[in-house]
Amino acid sequence: MQIPEQVYRITIDTSAEKLWQAITQPEFTKQYWFGSANVSSWEPGADWRHVGVDSGTVHHVGKVEEIDPPRKLVLSWHNPGDTEDVSRVTFAIAQVEQGVELIITHGDFIEDSAMARRVSGGWPKVIAGLKEFLELGKAEARQGCA
Amino acid sequence: MSDNDAVFKAMGDANRRDLLDCLRLRNGLTLNQLCENRAMTRQAVTKHIAILEAANLVVTVKKGREKFHYLNPVPISEIYLRWIGRFEAGRMQALHDLANTLKEQKNADT
Repeated sequence: MQIPEQVYRITIDTSAEKLWQAITQPEFTKQYWFGSANVSSWEPGADWRHVGVDSGTVHHVGKVEEIDPPRKLVLSWHNPGDTEDVSRVTFAIAQVEQGVELIITHGDFIEDSAMARRVSGGWPKVIAGLKEFLELGKAEARQGCA
Repeated sequence: MSDNDAVFKAMGDANRRDLLDCLRLRNGLTLNQLCENRAMTRQAVTKHIAILEAANLVVTVKKGREKFHYLNPVPISEIYLRWIGRFEAGRMQALHDLANTLKEQKNADT
């Protein structure tokens, strides 16, 4: 059986433009994404890489398959040394009443993909961290201890 | 109702936790698949899934005429980050301080 797709959703009290920057600008990504940055020229067909800011270790690489700021970004996704276990990640951003909704879909995995198992633990933490980063200050105020 | 209320309320039911477990083992199930071998009516499963969806613990994707259900653990990660993540960071610092103290004692003894 093919490993099914993973779908993650979150609503963040911010603007689509800020969320887009938080995903595509290295100085922002490194603050919530395990200290790693997404680096690319963000042109259609360009390479992108997910690289540790301090270590310089390249964790994931791929191509920018589709880009429509600040609404949609589609990336091919694999480990630098593994061109077999290639998958696809889609970021979709939509305006909602409470801010913006981000839906991340990670799919098109190969059968018995090691990547699928690995990222299923990582995405929820990255996404929760992204919300905390963008809502900095707002969460504390809501929690009544600011 | 706050987001956290919805999450805790949704998870405060064994049937709904079973449905989440089911999706954890096999993501992207249809309603029919979720109803298989379950001691609940289809109507009850539909009701529980709606509560899980409202709490953002389940996300659905439509493809053609089928609707697929996915486990969305993001709200649980938010709870972790809010109440546990920070404590863990403090504990790491405490362990670090303890190690330094022990090292200083050892240096003083020699």
